[in-house]
Formats: sequence, structure tokens, C-alpha cells
Amino acid sequence: MASPTTAKEGRQLSPFVSKSAAFTSSVLRTLGSILITMIGLLFITFLIGRVMPIDPVIAVLGERASKSAYDAMFIEMGLDKPLLVQFFYYLWDVAHGDFGISRLTARPVIDDVMRVFPATLELATLGTFIGVFIGVPLGVLAAVKRGTIIDQIIRVIALVGYSMPIFWLGLVGLLVFYGLLDWVGGPGRLGIFYVDLVPTVTGLILVDSALDGQWDVFRDAISHIVLPASLLGYYSLAYISRMTRSLMLEQLSAEYITTARVKGLSEWTVIWRHAFGNIKVPLITVIALSYAGLLEGSVLTEIIFSWPGIGSYITTALLSADMAAVLGGTVVVGLVFVCLNIFSDLLYKVFDPRAK
Amino acid sequence: MNSLESSSESQPQSLREWLLSEAPTSRRQARMGSFYQGWLALKSNNLTMIGLGILLFLLFVALFAPVLAPADPFAQNLSNRLQPPGSEGHLLGTDSLGRDILSRLIYGSRITLYIVTLVALIAPVLGLFVGTVAGYLGGWVDSILMRITDIFLAFPRLVLALAFVAALGAGIENAVIAISLTAWPPYARIARAETLTIRRADYISAVQLQGAGPLRIISKHIWPLCISSLIVRVALDMAGIILAAAGLGFLGLGAQPPSPEWGAMISEGRKFLLDFWWVATIPGLAIFMVSLGFNLLGDGLRDVLDPKDSGDA
Repeated sequence: MASPTTAKEGRQLSPFVSKSAAFTSSVLRTLGSILITMIGLLFITFLIGRVMPIDPVIAVLGERASKSAYDAMFIEMGLDKPLLVQFFYYLWDVAHGDFGISRLTARPVIDDVMRVFPATLELATLGTFIGVFIGVPLGVLAAVKRGTIIDQIIRVIALVGYSMPIFWLGLVGLLVFYGLLDWVGGPGRLGIFYVDLVPTVTGLILVDSALDGQWDVFRDAISHIVLPASLLGYYSLAYISRMTRSLMLEQLSAEYITTARVKGLSEWTVIWRHAFGNIKVPLITVIALSYAGLLEGSVLTEIIFSWPGIGSYITTALLSADMAAVLGGTVVVGLVFVCLNIFSDLLYKVFDPRAK
Repeated sequence: MNSLESSSESQPQSLREWLLSEAPTSRRQARMGSFYQGWLALKSNNLTMIGLGILLFLLFVALFAPVLAPADPFAQNLSNRLQPPGSEGHLLGTDSLGRDILSRLIYGSRITLYIVTLVALIAPVLGLFVGTVAGYLGGWVDSILMRITDIFLAFPRLVLALAFVAALGAGIENAVIAISLTAWPPYARIARAETLTIRRADYISAVQLQGAGPLRIISKHIWPLCISSLIVRVALDMAGIILAAAGLGFLGLGAQPPSPEWGAMISEGRKFLLDFWWVATIPGLAIFMVSLGFNLLGDGLRDVLDPKDSGDA
């Protein structure tokens, strides 16, 4: 949404210049707000790290460090400085990609995160695909058949999805499809015989194995990802179908739809070309939000399926008090979340002429 | 008394007619009448009534837990461990320490209600406060408060709650604080939006002219008008709160053993999933039912209180 000031500035200039100037200023404004949000995000994680009951010096040196070594480290880590100064040190490090060293893996946190993130990305992307390809048609159907039994059934499907503890559904899914039926691969990304067979290019196993032409690895990866991705897909389907329904209802009650019908257009054209055509932009926002939600919602799913993604990484680090890893992971997830939100905002501005 | 006064045209008047009267004669009648009409609309939706039924059942179970539970939820009996559902004396079987699962579920309902109630009290109040102050005062106060709200909103909720619990230490109270800290921003947004539409109203100017300060205006004249939209949001949020609490419990960061918290029970049963399925699946079913109950009720409440949002006529 353009703010009143940009609109006013725009009106004084010629139409062409005003449009691009307003757009530039809105992009600048967005960039500014990204920056502030990110600094705020870092500040909160920084504070969380500081109120931890874990002594950062002992975390580095171990409990048997001598008093003099402890004091030297205390000063070296800047802990004698005021909190705000410490925060600026932290900002400086983060800006240089330094999130500290993970105690658990003894490697830089940023390297760890880069290694585990593709696994989460793969899962969330596939989940979103499933959610979109089933959720959108269901939402449209519910809107068209509004008030009928079909609408009610779709409503219940969505509400059940909202209400399901996803970690529990994962356990039940494993029990039924892996334990009883043996239709899918078990926990993990690959069966034990296929690990490390394909060279890492993108980190996405489905892509890497396909690039390398190793189709048996590809098949095994599919059998492992299909269950967790379907669960995440169901979760996002619930949200996407409800939002699609309410967006569609808004359009279907508009007068131009009546006009289109009076003109004698087929019901298919009215629904998909006219009504659906108009909800595409807000729908993209909905999908982006749901995608961001999956990146986060996958924390519990990853643990159930022993999926080596960012969610398992943060949780494992948490349970072993590896704070650098927890905070680094949290910041990265937060940043991705912010970026997706802003991306959907920008899409809205670019594609919806009313928002300019 | 009111029913007698208003019954001038139709003599024998039932309570129902009094409530549905087109011309209420007192403020109380009007208010109760509008409640009654809302109730009628709610009642006409079967799904909503199912949700309400589930929640009343939960309340009943939690209240009478000591009477309803067939056994002590903490009593271990290792010779009787991992009994399947339907075995003698254990309707839903026993867990790995021989504790009766049904009794643990029944006592667990108290924990669930406790967490939900506390979060439902803390988060909306915090949000209401931040949102109304920002909306009423405007200017830089508004900018700063809303920027903070946006930052919290930008955080993925579960991850932030995880980090908070890590900082505060595991436990129910800390889980409540962590969930509340991640749940307030949407309330602040709603309260601010409501305040912005209210603050230019004539009656606010009238109160200002009478010399009321900002504190009095916000607490006496703005808060009451924000409550109804917040309540809808709370009802819709409850399910998410339950799932978040169960998730934290599952990760071992919420209620600690031997507490019969449902999420923690799933986590205990996970180890035996393939051989003794009931230990992990039954508590999950309970979480699902309660969260479905809140969702069904919230959905119906929104239809009644905020018809334009749901798209239902």
C-alpha cells in the first residue's frame, strides 16, 4: 500500500515520472523497513542469548578453566563492555557472516546452517507445491458450491488440518505407511545404502541425483520425502483452501461476474478467467505466507522424520545448550521469514495496479 | 419487570419473545436480546455446536478429574506396563511405566486448560495495551510500538518460543510466557486498527473536552470497544496455542515428566511407536479433538460476530 505522502509527491510530477518516483520511494521505504526489522530481530536474539543461564565464557573454555584464563577470555569476548556496545560487536560479526562456532559440531555456525538449510528448503518447497495444487482448486470449488455439502466437507477438511498436531500426524503416518504398509521410506532423507552417492551441487538431493543421472537414488529420495512433504502439504492446503475460498467469494458476488454471466459466457470462463484471474495477486501473497510458515512449521516434522534440516539443527543445539548454533539458526530462519514476507509485499505492489 | 412493561401489545409473553422484541424498552433488554440473537445464529450451525460440546466436555473432565479418573495418574506398576487398550482395568491401556493412560489423559486436560487460559489472558491484554496506546497517541510512539510489533511478527513463532524457553528454562510457566510473548503482536495490530477508527469519534472529543486524560480515555472508552474483535481472534488462536504448547511439551521444553501433559506423553510413547502404538497415538487424538473444538467454535463465532470476514451470508 502506498502511503499518503508518496501519493501527494506523485501528483505534483508528470504522470510518467510520478509513477516511477513513487515506486522508487516505496522500494526505498521497504528496504529501510527490512533493515530495521532485521536489526530488531538480531537485537531480540542477542538479548535472548544474554539472559541465558549459560555462562558464555565457560561455554567456550570449559568448566575447569583457571581464574586468569577465565578473566582473559571474559575481556576478549567483550563481556566487560556495556550491553549496547556488545550488541554492536555482535552486529558487526553477523554482518560479516560470523555467527560464532557451534560447540556441538565445532564448526562455524554459518557453515552448518548452509549445509542443513537445503534439506528444509526441499521439504517446504515440495509441501507448498502439494498445498497449492490441491488447496487452490478445493478453495475455488468450495466458493462455487458455497453453502452446499461440498462446501461443508472442504471446510471440515481444512479445519481438521488446522487442528492436527503435525508431529502427531507424522508419527501416525510413519506407523501406518512405513511400519504397517511399508509403502514409503522411513525417517531420514535417504536409505542407508544411498547416502553420499551423489555429489553435492545444490544440496537438494532430488535435484542433485537427477543432475547426476542416478535415478535409483532419486527414487529412494522420493520415497523418503513423500510422507513428510504430504503432511506439510496438508497443513498448507488447509490455509490456502480457506483463503482461496474467501477471496473467490468476494469476487463471485461482484457485479462484473453477473455481467459476464448475462453476456452468456460459460460458467468455466466466468469462474476461472474472470473471478480467478482477479484473485491471483492476493493468492500469491497467501502462498508466500504459507511457504514461510512451512519453513518454520517444519521444525517438528523434521524431528519426527529425522530430517537433517534447520529445524532439527536448532532443536538439537537447544537440547545440548549450544547457544551460538541456536541463535544463528534462529536468525537465519527469521531472516528468511522476513524476506518472504517482504517479497510477497513487493509482488503485490508490482502486480496490483491499485496498490501503486 | 421489563417483560411486563414491554408487553403492552401482546399479553402473555414468553422469555423468547421478550428477548427477540423489536422495540427493547431497556438497555438490559437490548443487550440480552442481541446476545440471544447471536446465540440463535451460533446454534443454527451444527459444526459450531459440536465444537462447543467438545470444549464443555473438556471443562467437565478437567473439573472432575479426581472423580472421573479410574486410577492415580502417577502410580507406576512395572509388572503391568504397555498393556493394550481394553485390557483389564485400563480402558486405554498403560504406558511404559505401567501408568493408566486414561487417568493421565484426564489429569492432562487440566494442564491444557491451564496453559490455554493463561496465554489467552496474557497475550490479548498485552496486545490490547500496546495497540491502543499506539493507535491513540499516534506519532513516534505509534511508529516505535508498531515497529516492535512488526519485528515480533516477523519471527517464526515456534522458533522464537523455542529460543525463549531455552533462555528461561523448561517448564509450564516458562512455556506460557514464551507462547504469550510470541502471540501478542496480532492482537496489537487489531487493537490499533480499532483505535484508529474510534479515536476521531465525536464521543471521544466530548470526553476530551470534559478534561479526561489519555489513560482514562484509553481504559474507559477505547478498551471496551476493542474487546469483541479480540475475543473472536482469541477463539481462533486457542487451537494454535494448544498445538504450540503440545509441541513444546513434545520437545521436552514444556511440562516436565512425570507431569501428564499430552505433548510430553506423545514424546514418551514415540520410542515404542511401532510395537505399542497406543502410547503415543491416544494423547495426540486428545490434542486434536480439543484443538478441533476451538477451531469449530472460533469459526462459528467469526461467522456470527464478523460476517463480512467469513464470506457467509
